[in-house]
Amino acid sequence: MALLQIAEPGESTAPHEHRLAVGIDLGTTNSLVATVRSGLAVVLRDQLGRPLLPSVVRYCADGSSEVGYEAQAQQALDPRNTIGSVKRFMGRGIADIANREAMPYVFQDAPGMLRLQTVAGVKSPVEVSADILRALRLRAEAALGGPLVGAVITVPAYFDEAQRQATKDAAKLAGLPVLRLLNEPTAAAIAYGLDNAAEGVYAVYDLGGGTFDISILRLSRGIFEVLATGGDSALGGDDFDHRIFCWIIEAADLKPLSVEDASMLLARAREAKEYLTVHGAAPISARLSSGERVELQLTTAIFAEISQTLVAKTIQPVKKALRDAALSVSDIKGVVMVGGATRMAQVQRAVGEFFRQDPLNNLDPDKVVAIGAATQANLLAGNRAAGDDWLLLDVIPLSLGLETMGGLVEKIIPRNSTIPTARAQEFTTFRDGQTALAIHVVQGERELVSDCRSLARFELRGIPPMVAGSARIRVAFQVDADGLLAVSAREQGSGVEASIVVKPSYGLSDDEIAGMLKDSMAHVKDDAQRRALKESQVDAQRLLEAVRAALAADSELLAAEELARVEKDIVKLESAALADNRRQIMLAMDDLEASTKDFAARRMDKSIRRAFAGRNINELDVDSTASTTGETA
Amino acid sequence: MDFNTDHFSLFELPTRFRLDSTLLDQRYLEMQSRVHPDRFSRAGDAERRLSLQWATRVNEAYQTLKKPLSRARYLLHLSEHDVGSENNVLMPADFLIEQMEWREAVAEARAAGEHHELEHLHHRLQHDIAQRYDELAALIDESHDLEQAADRVRRLMFIEKLLVELDEAMIACEE
Repeated sequence: MALLQIAEPGESTAPHEHRLAVGIDLGTTNSLVATVRSGLAVVLRDQLGRPLLPSVVRYCADGSSEVGYEAQAQQALDPRNTIGSVKRFMGRGIADIANREAMPYVFQDAPGMLRLQTVAGVKSPVEVSADILRALRLRAEAALGGPLVGAVITVPAYFDEAQRQATKDAAKLAGLPVLRLLNEPTAAAIAYGLDNAAEGVYAVYDLGGGTFDISILRLSRGIFEVLATGGDSALGGDDFDHRIFCWIIEAADLKPLSVEDASMLLARAREAKEYLTVHGAAPISARLSSGERVELQLTTAIFAEISQTLVAKTIQPVKKALRDAALSVSDIKGVVMVGGATRMAQVQRAVGEFFRQDPLNNLDPDKVVAIGAATQANLLAGNRAAGDDWLLLDVIPLSLGLETMGGLVEKIIPRNSTIPTARAQEFTTFRDGQTALAIHVVQGERELVSDCRSLARFELRGIPPMVAGSARIRVAFQVDADGLLAVSAREQGSGVEASIVVKPSYGLSDDEIAGMLKDSMAHVKDDAQRRALKESQVDAQRLLEAVRAALAADSELLAAEELARVEKDIVKLESAALADNRRQIMLAMDDLEASTKDFAARRMDKSIRRAFAGRNINELDVDSTASTTGETA
Repeated sequence: MDFNTDHFSLFELPTRFRLDSTLLDQRYLEMQSRVHPDRFSRAGDAERRLSLQWATRVNEAYQTLKKPLSRARYLLHLSEHDVGSENNVLMPADFLIEQMEWREAVAEARAAGEHHELEHLHHRLQHDIAQRYDELAALIDESHDLEQAADRVRRLMFIEKLLVELDEAMIACEE
């Protein structure tokens, strides 16, 4: 393989500064930030040396807020204004939230996503998450000594578009450029795989505070290929706490509780759960506001019994993912356990029994996701070093489709398709003289539109009047490597077209985000124009660097006059980038993009040809079937 | 390398039904590790666009060739023997009756919650499918009888759908 590693495409051959990028595990219970320093991924700690940041935000009457341990310490005293497990509310309406009667919050319904009433005003889950992300960003900037070029933020693999978009919006609000949203089990697999030089098919069982994911991956020579993923975005350690909480109420025969008492007992339930991971029994002792005392003993046997259905609920998606990957239990070489909730003995036992092998617990289940995210962030930021030759091939977790007649869903891209991917399908008109077609993009596995998530709607207009069934409308879906979906529709006869880049219609609107951004900016007095100029200067530097690297590797692909033009455009952009005129920078960038367009295509061709050349060399060495291949390389 | 080349040439594999799937996997990963957008995260727009197009193209080709049914359909399409869509093919009556019997057996076992019976049907059906693909391979690769092959592919389209139903019944039964 060494032959293939000379001047990888996209890899800068010129020495360059290390770009500051981080991986963030935005967890239901705890969050972490990690980065790659001197080739090693490390979790960044706070000033007191603590790696975790509890995902808890407390809002105070004076408009200020506390994040992390500070907020957590006040949770029992000020439950209404202290928001924990906000991840469960991301991209969700009130009706989606299970057990909400046991929560101390004052919910407010809003189109698409619920809101929370606090003493500091109404907060969207996006704003609460942004406060957590901001705290992590500040921690990272303080530790690394400069602004970040971006972050890879992890999300449960089974998050749908609304939940993903809400996470991106939160990052935007926190002033964090998002390099990629990465699925949590995939991040864990990267960390595990690179650490252990693993090869073969692995399962990642990820039970976090509020979400469950299962992913099946094939690891082969530095390529992480996700074969299937599944899960339940509303099942996690919190539900186990809730089971213990219910058991306490029943066993102690308690009357309806005040918000404060419920909050306190829920905290006791969580403590008992954690205690049971190392002990056979946990004492539960509490004093209610009425003066009544609760004294109970929770054993592992009772805990296993009351949580049995929850554990079983995780095994169903595991079976489904195996089916989707067309694999059986015997194909799985190892099961990587991720998420604090996998510390529970009954979970370890159930997973071990199902896969007929002991799960792998040699990585810290709290940190492995952030470590994997940091590794990916380092790569996407362009800090790839020679030998860092790995690649991730991810899938979409849920099917994407269109609404057809009768409220049914026609799936266009099935779940677990490797991205980037594109699919097109032809539709037709159903009425004579019909000149417009409504296109409704949905996500989910169910057959009825009403059971799936609505992602976007748009219309194709200007179809020439025809007899019903004779128009040929081609609807094309393209999902890029970030999982971003673009849909376009074209009437083949007339060529009329319409298209949309899908942003879920029920999250926050751009105006709302802009409003929140303005609010958060009001404190720091930021100049939007200066930011825009700065951004274009950064973009210009990125382009210049890319072109210089391309020239260093492949300038022989250009004729002398082409090379001269490219060099002229480089000089033009270099001088434009020094001046403070954003428009001039943009124009110079356009010119350089134009003069290097063919060059890019030739480089890609060369790279693909080289893939074959490299392979044939390998096969001559080791493979006797080489004679059947390579005729046209 | 021509972007519009057929899927077999893309991976430099012989244009035939029987395929070395290990070799396909290996070439797919080699191609993808060259063209994937993550390799171009700091590149210019033109390169990134090209990379997206190529990676999409490579994924499509791989998905098409990986599964035997789509590979067969694609081979027939290349030699202009399109098999038509699932919904508008006329099948012989005895085949349809056989299919209905299968479906009834699945529905009955599902309604009765007989997981063992479903597993048994699954096993039988997989065996049946394997035989049909052997027959199809001979028709395409050896006797080059594409008319007959198209007929077999149409039958397999029905049967693969049945297998999906059977899978779903088994999941429903476990829940």
